[in-house]
Amino acid sequence: MGLKPKVPGLVKGLGVTFNTMMNTFKNGSNTVQYPHEKEAPPVRARGVIALREDNCTSCMLCARSCPDWCIYIEGHKELAPPRRAGGAPRKVNKLDRFDIDYALCMYCGICVEVCPFDALFWSPEYEYSEPKIADLLHDKTKLGEWMETVPEAPELEVGADKKGKK
Amino acid sequence: MLAIDVLLDKIDLTAVLIVLFKVVVVFIIGLVATMFMVWFERKIISGMQNRIGPNKAGPFGILQTLADGIKLFFKEDLLPDRADRFVFRLAPFLAFVPAFLVWSIIPLGGDFTNGKGGAIKIFGRYTLVQLADPPIGVLLLLALSGIAVYGIMLAGWSSGSKYPLLGSVRASAQMVSYEAALGLSIAAVLLVAGTLSTNGIVAVQTSLSKWHVVATGVVPFVIFLIAATAELNRPPFDLVEAEQELVGGFNTEYSSLRFALFFLAEFMNTVTMSAVIVTLFFGGPQPLKFEQGSLHFNGNLHLGVLNGTVWFIAKLFVFLYIYVWFRATLPRLRYDQLMNLGWKVLIPASLGWFMLLAAQRVATDNNWNKWAVSIISIAILGVCGLLLMAATRASAKNREREGAMF
Repeated sequence: MGLKPKVPGLVKGLGVTFNTMMNTFKNGSNTVQYPHEKEAPPVRARGVIALREDNCTSCMLCARSCPDWCIYIEGHKELAPPRRAGGAPRKVNKLDRFDIDYALCMYCGICVEVCPFDALFWSPEYEYSEPKIADLLHDKTKLGEWMETVPEAPELEVGADKKGKK
Repeated sequence: MLAIDVLLDKIDLTAVLIVLFKVVVVFIIGLVATMFMVWFERKIISGMQNRIGPNKAGPFGILQTLADGIKLFFKEDLLPDRADRFVFRLAPFLAFVPAFLVWSIIPLGGDFTNGKGGAIKIFGRYTLVQLADPPIGVLLLLALSGIAVYGIMLAGWSSGSKYPLLGSVRASAQMVSYEAALGLSIAAVLLVAGTLSTNGIVAVQTSLSKWHVVATGVVPFVIFLIAATAELNRPPFDLVEAEQELVGGFNTEYSSLRFALFFLAEFMNTVTMSAVIVTLFFGGPQPLKFEQGSLHFNGNLHLGVLNGTVWFIAKLFVFLYIYVWFRATLPRLRYDQLMNLGWKVLIPASLGWFMLLAAQRVATDNNWNKWAVSIISIAILGVCGLLLMAATRASAKNREREGAMF
């Protein structure tokens, strides 16, 4: 006969659904009713990318590695006072523009990975939708404001190389 | 005098009003029960999937169905170009009307104690708590569920589109094959009850040992439950709709009120089928009562007229829950599995069990030794079952040699 009635599996399945139902009625469901109560995302969630402007050297690595070209960087060189008296003035890169277009961003995180100077960070914030799509272009002040929401970096694992990336 | 007066000899205004009252009440109960069923199903399934379910419209979201229904009424009513206009418009009613008519023969309550036959006294008259009690009761039920097949079949055929057509072809094959098992398991009940009238069937089941689920052995009940699920096109037998394969199945091209009618008919059928199971196998509005030696229990709630109705609703709930439970748990059967289950398992099993009961009945009528007859008939049925298994295995082997898929 093609079909052998698999009663134990059937009963087991019915038991699973029944237990889930009792559990739901006893402890409430997993649903978070979002606009009324806010869901706490995990610490390392990829919500929005924050920029620490001081660290950025406008090296353009992030803009070049971005798969959908949503990072716009413009900068110029400035002369800064020398470190020691009598030295030549230093040349530093100054950011004029650092925009991320979140209408294009696909949250791959390559820019955060690739940044050699720790200027980009992930923040778990996710409430920044806009009625107008153009407003999703965050400029460097707005990206800088996201820095406040960036969580502390997790403790290094035992035996990890502390001299690595700062 | 007019000839019509002879027909209406004993019928006065009160009798007519009582019937009208019952029609209205049964209709409203039907609609409200369907609305409630949709909500109940969504709520229970959401519980089984760790969700909340509808909770916005009304207390606990109970008015959600009403809101959905109102929305459907205001939607655009589409008529496909290639549809057969008349049949396309007719089909929803062919599905909807039988679903409602079945309600009319279900005993919804009543006083069955001390052989009162379920009659209660309202407005100074004795009347049954069911709309009609035709002598052919159960046959009417089978006939109406047969008509409901046409509703689904014609809906798919008249849509002029391939998915509905596939759905309706499946529907007709599935419902026709499971109707045989359904009818045979009902026949077992009728054999024990000795009457076709639904009121009579309920009146026979006075105590737990006389409930037909016990009196016929549990097998006809299990077969009926499975065959009824298939007849209702509910999961795990929802091949007619099979969203993943056939878009929406037979109702793909339907929208607005016509779709609402199909939807209503489907849930209505679930409620009525549960009510039929309660009526046929679980004593309908009869309270639970058993006396076995020192162990006895009387479920009379002393609610007077409502006693039967409360018991009926309590039993109905169990089966509504079971249908929802099945839906939330069981995955859909493949088409060949469905047909194998129907033709190779359910129909032979119900036929064999029916013959076993018939043999016992003959034995008691003729004062033969009941045990001998039972053992001999079980042996014969066992041999028949083995032959059937051998036959299906041989044919499966043949088909495999020929390279057929199923």
